Amino acid sequence: MLRAFITLAFVVIFNFFLFRMLPGDPIGLYARGRNQDPEQLVELRRALNKPLLEQFLTYLRNPFDSTIDSTRFSRPVWEMIGERLWPTLLLLGTAILLASIIGIWIGIRAGWKPGGRFDRLSTGSTLILYSMPEFWLGMMLLIVFAAGAFGIPGMFPVGGISTPGVDTSSPMGWLNVLWHLVLPCTTLVLIYLADYALVMRSSLIDERKQEYLTLARAKGLRDAMVRKRHAVPNALLPTVTLIFLSLGFVVTGAITVETVFSWPGLGLLTYEALRGPDIPLLQAIFLMFSIAVIVANLIAELLYVAFDPRVRS
Amino acid sequence: MTLLEFRDLRVDYASSEGIVPAVRGVTITVEAGETLGIAGESGCGKTTLASAVLRLLPDSAQVRGEILLDGVDILTMKWGTLRAVRWSQAAIVFQGALHALNPVQRIGDQIAEPIRLHQSVPEKQIKSRVGELLTQVGLPASRAKSYPHQLSGGQRQRVMIAMALACKPALIIADEPTTALDVMVQAQVLDLLTGLVRDASTGPDGGMGMILISHDLGVLGTTCDRIAVMYAGQIVESGPALEIFDNPKHPYTRALAAAFPRIGDPEARYSPTGLPGDPPFPGDLPTGCAFHPRCPIAVDTCRQGAPELVQVAPHRMAACFKVGS
Amino acid sequence: MSISAQRRRRGLAQFANSFRRDRTGMTGLVILAIFIATAILAPILIPDEALDVTKADGGRFESPSFSYPLGTDEVGRSILLMLAWGTRISLTVGLAATLISMVIGTTFGIMAGHFRGVGSQALVGVTDWFLVIPFLPLAIVLATVLGPSTLNLIIVIGITSWAGTARLIRAQTLSIEGRPYLERSKALGAGNWYQMSRHVLPNVFPLVLANTTLTVAIVILSETTLSFLGLGDPGAPSWGALLDRAFSSGAVSRGAWWYVLPPGICVVLVVLAFTLVGRAMERIVDPRRAS
Repeated sequence: MLRAFITLAFVVIFNFFLFRMLPGDPIGLYARGRNQDPEQLVELRRALNKPLLEQFLTYLRNPFDSTIDSTRFSRPVWEMIGERLWPTLLLLGTAILLASIIGIWIGIRAGWKPGGRFDRLSTGSTLILYSMPEFWLGMMLLIVFAAGAFGIPGMFPVGGISTPGVDTSSPMGWLNVLWHLVLPCTTLVLIYLADYALVMRSSLIDERKQEYLTLARAKGLRDAMVRKRHAVPNALLPTVTLIFLSLGFVVTGAITVETVFSWPGLGLLTYEALRGPDIPLLQAIFLMFSIAVIVANLIAELLYVAFDPRVRS
Repeated sequence: MTLLEFRDLRVDYASSEGIVPAVRGVTITVEAGETLGIAGESGCGKTTLASAVLRLLPDSAQVRGEILLDGVDILTMKWGTLRAVRWSQAAIVFQGALHALNPVQRIGDQIAEPIRLHQSVPEKQIKSRVGELLTQVGLPASRAKSYPHQLSGGQRQRVMIAMALACKPALIIADEPTTALDVMVQAQVLDLLTGLVRDASTGPDGGMGMILISHDLGVLGTTCDRIAVMYAGQIVESGPALEIFDNPKHPYTRALAAAFPRIGDPEARYSPTGLPGDPPFPGDLPTGCAFHPRCPIAVDTCRQGAPELVQVAPHRMAACFKVGS
Repeated sequence: MSISAQRRRRGLAQFANSFRRDRTGMTGLVILAIFIATAILAPILIPDEALDVTKADGGRFESPSFSYPLGTDEVGRSILLMLAWGTRISLTVGLAATLISMVIGTTFGIMAGHFRGVGSQALVGVTDWFLVIPFLPLAIVLATVLGPSTLNLIIVIGITSWAGTARLIRAQTLSIEGRPYLERSKALGAGNWYQMSRHVLPNVFPLVLANTTLTVAIVILSETTLSFLGLGDPGAPSWGALLDRAFSSGAVSRGAWWYVLPPGICVVLVVLAFTLVGRAMERIVDPRRAS
């Protein structure tokens, strides 16, 4: 808990100083290639000419200042982030859920008989998926299943979260969103499950050497029961923790895949902020993602405490 | 009545350095109601022998010979039959109870598991049966809700014993059941184990047999009916426990007896008179008698041929050229 | 030759022998050799004008043909030639960034493992911070501040990817610190620098080497991602930059698979090859860890 807080404190400090330690004129970077309201520029310059310490204290008082505007969209950054949060949660939540179920299943089958046919096949494929840039996989899926290449009719939309004009609060609208979700979600599931399967496989292989499995066999349990009742519950603990710890890696996928599929979430917002560059927006997004990852780390620790009797007492 | 019989049992491990023989032709029996002690240093094949009884050896092991449990060869049994035999007819007390118990399962569930598997006991009675077993080994029934890490080493070993007794097996194999414990607890746990086995033996069904494995000849001398001493995968001496301990014939047994005096003398445990040299690596055994490089009385014959296990006195067998001559 | 040099040479020969017997490791090595040869020969084989927009002679988005085996891009340049040139950039960035990452990671790791007290704790704290903070948002923020160029890309990737190495090396250093020869060396009054450079470094080196190879794989993926987001030099056609241009020029909705498929395959092959070689090395250097 304390460590999470310290990490967060450093993110806030880093975020502040990074954009003020620039060589050259920070205002130039803020206003790069854009028509800025001259009054706003004067205001900015006045704020930046104050002593660094005073600036920092102002910033510390309110890093989540609701009045900070995006330089590109001229809207409060936290309002924009709030709007884009839900599409990202929908996409990542679905993808992580499916990927962990499938990935853990593959990891169990591969890790229980390492070196077997299933293991060689699945470890080979997961290594290839692991080596793949996720946005490239997304582009290829778009070309094959949406663009009508290779004579395959375009079954899925090329991007967005819904067809314009469709009411997303109606049941038909949900189906429409689901239809848009298929390709980006498949991309992320394939990339994430490779990671999860490798983790589950290696923690199950670690458990295989444990003596309590010999005891379970000596009791007369069949192989499948030894695996299900004894090996898997023990191997799941480190795996589930690692899934939560890998949220940083999940975020990377979200940024590029949302970009490729024009999925209007935080990832696409990052890409849009980058093209500016829209510094206040980028700062806020960085803070947002860092907090998400720190919270996920905290959850991972709490989960371990909740599920491992050895830590609990 | 013969409960268990090894007939010329041989176990080889396939490793990257070639074939490593761990057990090299062991023939011995355990009678119903009898406790057989197997003594020897680590690496002499005693644990392999114990694991072979329930076919728990890793895939790299090649097993030959016969293991007859109640007259049926375990090694040729079908998997389904073998699973039914496991724990219901022969159960094991493992040595390191911390690693042998599942760390994330309550011990009550772990004790109940073989009962659910092998006996059709109504679910309601299982709980009271687990409580009974725990009381039998001197733990409060409420301990069923604990996890293994919440118990002390001695308590965990008691749980292992309760578990082994759960299905009232005809044979119990205890592999170094007290090695990981400190001396005082060792004696308590050992008394408990032998006491429970003896009580079970007075029952009408012929009695419970036990194989007790230890490197400590002193422990075996006071708790077993008979002892077999193993060296480099073979039995080098066997006979009634007290006779073996008080009057060892084989030079290796003599060295073991000197190294581990009778229990109840804790000081001596920490200052053994010592066994000179190290046991040989099973993959690279010396020629002739495997013990000759460490043997104080070895002669040229010992380097050339291996001695057979022969009768040297009533009920006494030994494999040494110098015994009886 | 000194005894330690002899021992080291024998160790190297043994390592090469074990590696030759590792089939997947050798497969990776062969793939790498092909890509490295392409990268070295690219300037000789490819005429400068092949990459020049004004001298492009093909049509827009031509599908593969005899004169353009992998088709053309949105201004009519040969994708095959750009791909070969991209090998050079992607590998250079990958290796240079890995070098930075390894130097920082090894230094931090050995120092955090060797010294005691507040300084060491601070090093561990910094390492943990870099481990927790999500890579891509951090890299984006840094790259935006520094501006898009190949050198900045190398720096950004280098300083965002060393933390895993530092943690690994620290653990290894701690285990070496407990060994008797280091105790003896300390007792004889060896200085910190001497201990670290003569005793700790040679011992962690095999692990550093295996870890480096695995790091290159991750770094090349990072380079591809950052270039795809437009954070590299716009003029240098690395594989990620090629994918960026394919994406922004609408190659995806046109179904121009020949523009998208090859750069991705190259990335997968190179990353996979580095991973296979790294895992094979890890199996030899530290069999326990690699199980």
